[in-house]
Amino acid sequence: MAPPLIQLDKVTRVYGSGETEVRALDGVDLTIERGEFVAIMGPSGSGKSTAMNTIGLLDRPSSGRFLFNGVEVQDLDRDRRALLRRNFLGFVFQGFNLLPRTSALENVELPLIYKGEPRALREAKARAVLEKVGLKGRENHDSTQLSGGQQQRVAIARALVGNPMIILADEPTGNLDSQRSHEIMQLLQGLNREEGITIVMVTHEDDIAAYAGRLIVFTDGRITRDGPVRERTGA
Amino acid sequence: MIWETVRLALLALKRNKLRSGLTVLGVVIGVAAVIAMVTVGQGSSRAVSSSVASLGTNVLALRPGSQQMGPGGSGSARSFNLRDVAALRELSVITAVAPTVNSSQTIVAGSANMTTSVTGSTSDWLLVGNWTLLKGRTFSDSEDRSGAAVCIVGETVRRTLFGNADPIGLQMRVGSVSCEVIGLLAAKGAGTFGQDQDDLVLMPVRTVQRRLRGSDDVNSITLALSDQVSNDRGIREVEALMRIRRRIATGERDDFSVMDMAQIGSVLSGINSVLTGLLSSVAAVSLLVGGIGIMNIMLVSVTERTREIGIRLAVGAEGRQVLTQFLVEAVVLSLVGGIVGIVVGLALAFIASIFMAIPFAPQLVVVVLAFGFSALIGVIFGFFPARKAARLDPIEALRHE
Repeated sequence: MAPPLIQLDKVTRVYGSGETEVRALDGVDLTIERGEFVAIMGPSGSGKSTAMNTIGLLDRPSSGRFLFNGVEVQDLDRDRRALLRRNFLGFVFQGFNLLPRTSALENVELPLIYKGEPRALREAKARAVLEKVGLKGRENHDSTQLSGGQQQRVAIARALVGNPMIILADEPTGNLDSQRSHEIMQLLQGLNREEGITIVMVTHEDDIAAYAGRLIVFTDGRITRDGPVRERTGA
Repeated sequence: MIWETVRLALLALKRNKLRSGLTVLGVVIGVAAVIAMVTVGQGSSRAVSSSVASLGTNVLALRPGSQQMGPGGSGSARSFNLRDVAALRELSVITAVAPTVNSSQTIVAGSANMTTSVTGSTSDWLLVGNWTLLKGRTFSDSEDRSGAAVCIVGETVRRTLFGNADPIGLQMRVGSVSCEVIGLLAAKGAGTFGQDQDDLVLMPVRTVQRRLRGSDDVNSITLALSDQVSNDRGIREVEALMRIRRRIATGERDDFSVMDMAQIGSVLSGINSVLTGLLSSVAAVSLLVGGIGIMNIMLVSVTERTREIGIRLAVGAEGRQVLTQFLVEAVVLSLVGGIVGIVVGLALAFIASIFMAIPFAPQLVVVVLAFGFSALIGVIFGFFPARKAARLDPIEALRHE
């Protein structure tokens, strides 16, 4: 049997030291299997963002083990983590985070540029994923020419283009109105169900979390609830 | 990959055209200044050599002050006088002796007036200076001796005072002296340092001494040697005579200098290269300032694009790749500045060479050096901001507003 995709083992993350010490993660054990759609919730300062950054290999645990696809990665240096990010991870942020004055196509090509893929191949892949997220015909628009929902679709396409094992979405609907939010969530849900892409998403809205299959709640750096999403929303 | 990076850098620079343009301008000015200075310097040193050569190889210049002080560096050294001129004329190796007495005077003819340099000398002055008369005649012996109120004018003076009229026989007032124009010199054009050689009035030496300057001094003496005599021997004989006349004891240094045209040429090109060097170093400072401008703009750019850097790092850019991107941006800025600067500098030098009437002397080695140097500036001043970008923490960078 294949190892779990994400496995955190007594992971702590401490900022500062002495009296100002903050334990953002305090002995977190967490396993995420391939193909799961996980929503992470919790009040601000609960450690959910730190957990997300750790899983996303942007941050490093202060102690504990992090196995990515069965491989220990907690001690990797900056550049090795960058290599893993570009090859296995895709990010979707709250603020869309597209490069300014850069076309949708070029934004989507960005991860492939760092992989060193030839231009023609990059462009073909980028066009294909833009079509998949419903932006065919808008390849040459830049962020000022796209609505919020369209910008987030570009960001999702950028996360998808490298064919990642997992997509990490940090409040992907935080800046969108209700209707756009649901469109984006349907898109993510479709990717999870039809293509089997693992998704981990931070949100603070129950109806957004409801699209996930599993809900994890953080409080004060610990996981205080972990189970199927319906138990809570259905209550 | 490197072409990809260059393309990305160009895109990033294109996004902020005005700022990129202004940054480039700093380097353009620096490089253009260096190129123009060096090219003009080269041209004028060629002009010096050729104008010195045109004066003839058998001409000597006798000036007060020791040679170490440079030409014209007479300081407090004693001037010459007309008895020196008479004595020199007795030397068998000498064929022509032209004393020079200079005076700046206002000249009036009818309603026109101008200020110009009045030279007092003899007919020999035309001979040693390679001048030819276009019209009229030179001073007669009696005019030379008596200090008559006659003058020979250069082309510029004629044009200013008389227009296209034939000036021979016309009257003009030089300072307080009313004199008759008896000759017109053929035009020579601009001189070694761009001065107008035709802007002059020649009068008998005694006229200038008595009526314009009120002293018996002679500023300098120009001599022509007989063809059968070597310059060295001529210089030795003139030196020996002048030491006796000026009562310089054995072992004491000369308080005058005798130089042939080759020596004058080397002194002039010495001055020329010192000037060129000085101006080029000033220009080099502006190139340095241009480099600091690049660093400044790149630092601003890194701060401003913190979020963008965060995105790049998040999607998997290695530190090295971000470093390369910003470094390439800086180098592209400085190279564009370098290329434009070379073109502008050469154009300026070309225009200057026309106005100064010197040869246009572009030098490949200087162009190549300027190009390489501007690339180097990009690397040096781009490195610090680029490293700053590469070391950003992706989480912090993404949060940056």
